[in-house]
Amino acid sequence: MHNTPDNFGSIRAAYIQGAKDALTIPALILGSTYMGFGALVSETGLEVWHALISTAVNWAIPGQIATMELYAINASLFAIAAAVGLINCRLMPMTIVLMPFIRNKKTPKIVYYFMSNFIAVTGWAAAMKQCPRLPEEQRLPYFTGFVVPLWSVCMLATYIGYHLPGLLPAEVTMGLVFLNPVYFMLVFLADFTQPGRPTALILGAILGPLTFLLTPNWSLLITGLVAGTVAFLISEHKHKKAQSQ
Amino acid sequence: MNELDNLLSADFMAPMAALGVAAAVTYFWRGLGVAVSGKMDKDSAVFRWVTCVAYALLAGLIARMILLPIGPLAELGLEQRAGATIISLAVFFLTRKNLLAGVTAGATALVLMAKLGPL
Repeated sequence: MHNTPDNFGSIRAAYIQGAKDALTIPALILGSTYMGFGALVSETGLEVWHALISTAVNWAIPGQIATMELYAINASLFAIAAAVGLINCRLMPMTIVLMPFIRNKKTPKIVYYFMSNFIAVTGWAAAMKQCPRLPEEQRLPYFTGFVVPLWSVCMLATYIGYHLPGLLPAEVTMGLVFLNPVYFMLVFLADFTQPGRPTALILGAILGPLTFLLTPNWSLLITGLVAGTVAFLISEHKHKKAQSQ
Repeated sequence: MNELDNLLSADFMAPMAALGVAAAVTYFWRGLGVAVSGKMDKDSAVFRWVTCVAYALLAGLIARMILLPIGPLAELGLEQRAGATIISLAVFFLTRKNLLAGVTAGATALVLMAKLGPL
């Protein structure tokens, strides 16, 4: 079997290629980010288990940072649920959009309910790029091969980072945390030209900070609905125009 | 027994409640996404709309994390974070979209500015 970006040749090869793609730049960047997260948790005065459990069952850095920040200021459980729920609401449309590209007829549904725990920006962006090109049976293996090792690196980095404060100057912790949004930004810029995406990305990037100034909690929901709907209407309009010509 | 007592102490369990709540609401969105996706046609207008919403949400979140962060980055000035972002973008495009170069330049610039003050 020939190994191309459109066909890795076998299911096994798809797992391995996923792991290879994850264990380079993504692992380096997310590893650094999670060292920053581990350091942040230890500065909050919590135990290493708290940091590890957060990375284990709540994997997606913005919600994890929000949880720790809110806990540190003694926010109520309700406030934490509301804030984290609103920050992580993006995971629902992300999951809906990714599913058709990783689904196959043989895999039982429960597997997707389990694997959805690993849907976060880095693995999502990689799978959105690679999986649509692959034969159906290699898609979920590629995604799994990518996210499980990446998540393992994050667990290890959380543990290491927890023991770093005192060793690392505060500025370096800041740099580690900053890596993450900058990396996400560049990942989306690298695939910027995919049809329909630029408008949604640009409008979202403008509305996100603006609405955050007005209403921090509802900011993301408003941004997604308003910027997403406007981008959708523009791209449908263009599409119809192109068809009628 | 001491170990177990330690684990069950209020100091340990109070954060666990916060983590549990956070994990539950986070999983709610992911699980709901899986459930809804089974009923949605990939070629429908609704699916295209959800795709636009997903990208807008991600861009909004990333822009907010850079410009108006919560957490340790909030201690820095906006001009420091914006400056580091611009340096990262410049290096990224100058190196023909090299992710590692762009990210490293941005983070290094941020650390230096945090140490030495704005450039």
